[in-house]
Amino acid sequence: MIALFLRDLRLAFRAGGGFGLALVFFLLVAVLVPLGVGPQAATLALIAPGILWVAALLACLLTLDRLFALDFEDGSLDLLATAPIPMEGVVLAKAAAHWVTTGLPLALASPLLALLLQLPGAAYAMLVASLLLGTPALSVIGAFGAALTVGVKRGGLLLSLLVLPLYVPTLIFGAEVVRRAGEGADCTAPLALLAGVTAGALALLPYAAAAAIRVNLR
Amino acid sequence: MSIWEYANPKRFMDTTARLLPWLTVFAALCLSVGLVWGFFLTPDDYKQGSTVRIIYLHVPAAMMAINAWVMMLVASLIWLIRRHHVSALAARAAAPVGLTFTLIALITGALWGQPMWGTWWAWDPRLTSFLILFLFYLGYIALWQAIEDADAAADLTSVLCMVGSVFALLSRYAVNFWNQGLHQGASLSLDKEENVSDVFWQPLVICIAGFILLFVVLVLLRTRTEIRARRLQALLMRERMA
Repeated sequence: MIALFLRDLRLAFRAGGGFGLALVFFLLVAVLVPLGVGPQAATLALIAPGILWVAALLACLLTLDRLFALDFEDGSLDLLATAPIPMEGVVLAKAAAHWVTTGLPLALASPLLALLLQLPGAAYAMLVASLLLGTPALSVIGAFGAALTVGVKRGGLLLSLLVLPLYVPTLIFGAEVVRRAGEGADCTAPLALLAGVTAGALALLPYAAAAAIRVNLR
Repeated sequence: MSIWEYANPKRFMDTTARLLPWLTVFAALCLSVGLVWGFFLTPDDYKQGSTVRIIYLHVPAAMMAINAWVMMLVASLIWLIRRHHVSALAARAAAPVGLTFTLIALITGALWGQPMWGTWWAWDPRLTSFLILFLFYLGYIALWQAIEDADAAADLTSVLCMVGSVFALLSRYAVNFWNQGLHQGASLSLDKEENVSDVFWQPLVICIAGFILLFVVLVLLRTRTEIRARRLQALLMRERMA
């Protein structure tokens, strides 16, 4: 599993495109929104939590279709299926690699973009915390969606249709954490619920994704 | 005699062929009695005026929109566990029907909301979760259409249906957390003091029965179509092989 995780990381770094792309996309959304909405600091501060979370969500989605598709096409997924580790482990390792190359950089870069969007100072720590807690769920839910559509040619659009509704709970709790933190309110309840969604997704979705991959390899 | 005998497509076709005309008549009867009674023979509500009558379409459609998903979940589970093709086809047949019921609930709700709440749409938990349910139906149908191999499609959509059920439920309560409701609470419960008045309740029950029957009729009809389409495909394949 660790070897697979490192292999995926190396592929992401060396092939280029996938790794930096999500981060640049995240930056682009943060730049485009003020251009569309107007530069008033008060308005931007109000919508910043939502914009940052939606941007993170879309940035995660951007790299998902490559998660299994490349391995499916060149046959390495068949080899992985016959490898001594269970398919669930393969899914988890690949989702983890996806998280390290998208979710983690997004969370670390988010304070910079929050600065652009005039997020209230009190919310910075919670923004990073909520993204760190929430993005693993985005990666593993995305891995499930990618597993479902791996056999579909040009499944990118279908993938977003399947995955985005599944992102709703994470988005609601994540943005709520940041919003409450910005208002100086207590945000432990949404933070705990966000962690709950992530833990549940991490525990259960690898099984569903592995089942889907087995069907697609049949 | 057990329910599993209907896993045999032949027996399913025979039985439903006999049942369908009766069910259709009953559905039409319930719907026409319920709707005529509700629309023309009930008094106006003292606050809502005649807009209260949308309840006869809105409430049954909303109930069936959720129940259709539950039925799809059960059918998907039966397919995954016992591999009965009729079950997978029934789940596939139910999805567009459920989608339509969701759409009816959303549209009638908007029509009622405009005069009553002063807005077509509000980000109320119930409204939002119905919109999300609508998206789930769309994704489910899109996945069925995208995959060519029939068995793989049935497997994948079944898994999606199970995961989707969990997340739909999760979203339903997550949106509660996020915004306070504008939508009224349940008023048809059997165990509560305050309920909708009997004058409105009696035709509503008939309408609900009519919608349930309508759903059953449509699903059976569509399942029969799917079975015929599958047979046709098999015949064409045999032709090509020969």
